[in-house]
Amino acid sequence: METLLPGLIKASYFLAALLFIIGLKRMSSPRTARTGILWAGVGMLVAVAATFALPGLHNRELMLTAVVLGTAAAWWSGRRVAMTAIPQMVALYNGMGGGAAAAIGLAELIAAAAWINVHPGQCAFAAAPSAACLAPSATVLAYVGLFIGAVSFAGSLIAFAKLQGWMDKRFVFSGQRALNGVILLAALVLGAWTLTADFGVGLQVSLLAIVVFAALALALGLLMTLPIGGADMPVVISLYNALTGLAVAFEGYVLQNEAMIIAGMVVGAAGTLLTQLMARAMNRSLGNVLFGSFGAAGGAAQTIAGAQKPIEAADAAVMMAYAERVAIVPGYGMAVAQAQHKVWEFAQALIARGVKVRFAIHPVAGRMPGHMNVLLAEAGVPYDLIADMDDINPEFPTTDVVLVIGANDVVNPVAKTDPSSPIYGMPILDVASAKNVIVVKRGKGTGFAGIENALFYADNARMLYGDGQAAAASLIAELKAVDG
Amino acid sequence: MIDGFLALYIFMLAAFTGYEIIARVPVILHTPLMSGSNFVHGIVVVGAMVALGHAQTPLEQAIGFVGVLLGAGNAAGGYVVTERMLDMFKASRKKEGG
Repeated sequence: METLLPGLIKASYFLAALLFIIGLKRMSSPRTARTGILWAGVGMLVAVAATFALPGLHNRELMLTAVVLGTAAAWWSGRRVAMTAIPQMVALYNGMGGGAAAAIGLAELIAAAAWINVHPGQCAFAAAPSAACLAPSATVLAYVGLFIGAVSFAGSLIAFAKLQGWMDKRFVFSGQRALNGVILLAALVLGAWTLTADFGVGLQVSLLAIVVFAALALALGLLMTLPIGGADMPVVISLYNALTGLAVAFEGYVLQNEAMIIAGMVVGAAGTLLTQLMARAMNRSLGNVLFGSFGAAGGAAQTIAGAQKPIEAADAAVMMAYAERVAIVPGYGMAVAQAQHKVWEFAQALIARGVKVRFAIHPVAGRMPGHMNVLLAEAGVPYDLIADMDDINPEFPTTDVVLVIGANDVVNPVAKTDPSSPIYGMPILDVASAKNVIVVKRGKGTGFAGIENALFYADNARMLYGDGQAAAASLIAELKAVDG
Repeated sequence: MIDGFLALYIFMLAAFTGYEIIARVPVILHTPLMSGSNFVHGIVVVGAMVALGHAQTPLEQAIGFVGVLLGAGNAAGGYVVTERMLDMFKASRKKEGG
C-alpha cells in the first residue's frame, strides 16, 4: 500500500484536472451546463480527498477544521443569498481564492527562508536536497503568485464592498496612478532583491521583506480598485477571476501540484478571454477600465434640453394592451427591485392578449454579462423570448412600445451622439427608434455611470416613476382593468 | 517533478484549452461560466492544505490555516452559486418544453 499510495494520489489529481476541463466544456453550452458543474464538483472532491491521504503532512486536525469551517460558511452564505446579489458573491469567493493562493506563497517563502537560514548552503542552486528548499524558478513563481493572489484578494473585496453598497463613492485623488506605479516598482525591486539575496540576509530581514512584499501587493489591489466605478465592475471581477487562476497555477508549480497548475491556467486563460469579451461589449479597452477614470470627462458632456414627461400606469397599460409588438428592456433596477417575476407576469398577460412580447438584453445589462438572463430564467421566461442586442436592434423601428425597466446607460442615445460623453461609442439598445418608450424608474437621477440620459427627454419617451416591482404590479392591475 | 520546459508546455497547453473552451460561448452563459471557473480555481484549497501540512512554526500554521479556510470558501461558495444559477436554466427549459 505504501508504494501504491503516491501513484493513486497522482492519478486522483489527473482525474480532477480532467473533470475540471470536461465540466467547464459542458458549462459552455446551455444544453449541458447543468451537469458541467457536477463533473467539476466531483473533480474537486476527488482532489481534496487525495490530498488528505498525502503521506508526510502534519497538522491534519487543523486542516480538517479549516476545510469544514470554510466550506460550511461559504455553503451557508451561498445558499441564502438572493440571486440579485450573485455578482458580489462571485467577487467575494474569488477574493477568497486569491487570498488562499497568496497564503500558500507566503507560507512556502517563509518556510524556505527559515530552512535556508538554519541549514546554510544546503539549498545551493538546482539540486534541492529537501522539500523545504525551493528551486530558483519555484521561488520566482512563489513571489509572482503571492503578488497576483494578494492583488486579486484585496481588489475583489473592494469590488464586493462596492457592489454590496457598502462603498458608494469612487475614491479618486491626484497622483493616484503615480502612487500605484511607485508601489508596483517598489514590489518589483524588493522581490528582485530578496531573490538575488536568496534569503541570505538573515531570517529576520528575509521575513520582513516577504511580509512587506505581500503588504505592497495588498495595497496595490486596494488602490487599483477604489477608483473604478460600478459600471465597470463586471469587467474588473472577471479580470480578478483570471488573475486568481494564474496565481493558483503559479503556486501549483511551487508545490508541484498538477491539478492546481492545469486548473489554474485553464481559468487564467478562460478568464482573460471572458474579460476581453466583456470589455469589448462595452466598447472599452481593459487599460481604459483600469487606468482611465470613468466619468472624468463628464463635466464637458452636453446638457440636454427639454423635460421628462411622466405617464400614469393606467395609460401605460392601455398603450401596451393595444400594441402589436412590445419589447421589454430589463436592467439592474429590475434586479434591485426583485421585479423579474412581476415583469414576466405582466408579459404573460400581454401575450395572452395576442401582443408579441420580447425581452431585449444588452450584453452588459446588470452587474455582469448574462446577469439579466439569469434573473429572467429564474422567473421562468423561456429562451426564445429573450433577444440579444444584435438581433433586436433592427426590430425597434417596428416595435410599438418599449418598456425600459431599470435600465439606463445601456439605452442612452448619448453613446451614439455625444463624443464628449464617457460612454461614447458603447453599443446600445436602440430603443429611441421605437414608436413609444416607457421608462420605469425610481426617480430623476442619473444611471450608474452618472450620465444624463437623453432618452428620458425624447419626444416619444414617457416616464413611469416608481420602484420596478410596484410599477409592474400596478401595470398588471391596470391591464386587468382594461378588460373590465 | 515538473520543471523548466515541461512546466512551460503544461502552462501553454492548459492556456489554449481554457481559451478554446470559452471562445464560442453564448452571452447567456457568461455569468455562469465566470462563476464556474471561479469554482474551478477553488482547487487552491488543495495547495493550501499541502502548505498547512508543511507548516512547522505557529506563524506558518496560522497562514496555512487561513489559506485552507479561504480556499475551502472559494470552492464551496463557487459551487453553490454556480449550481443555483444553472438550476434556473433547467427550470426555464422545462417550461418552454411543456
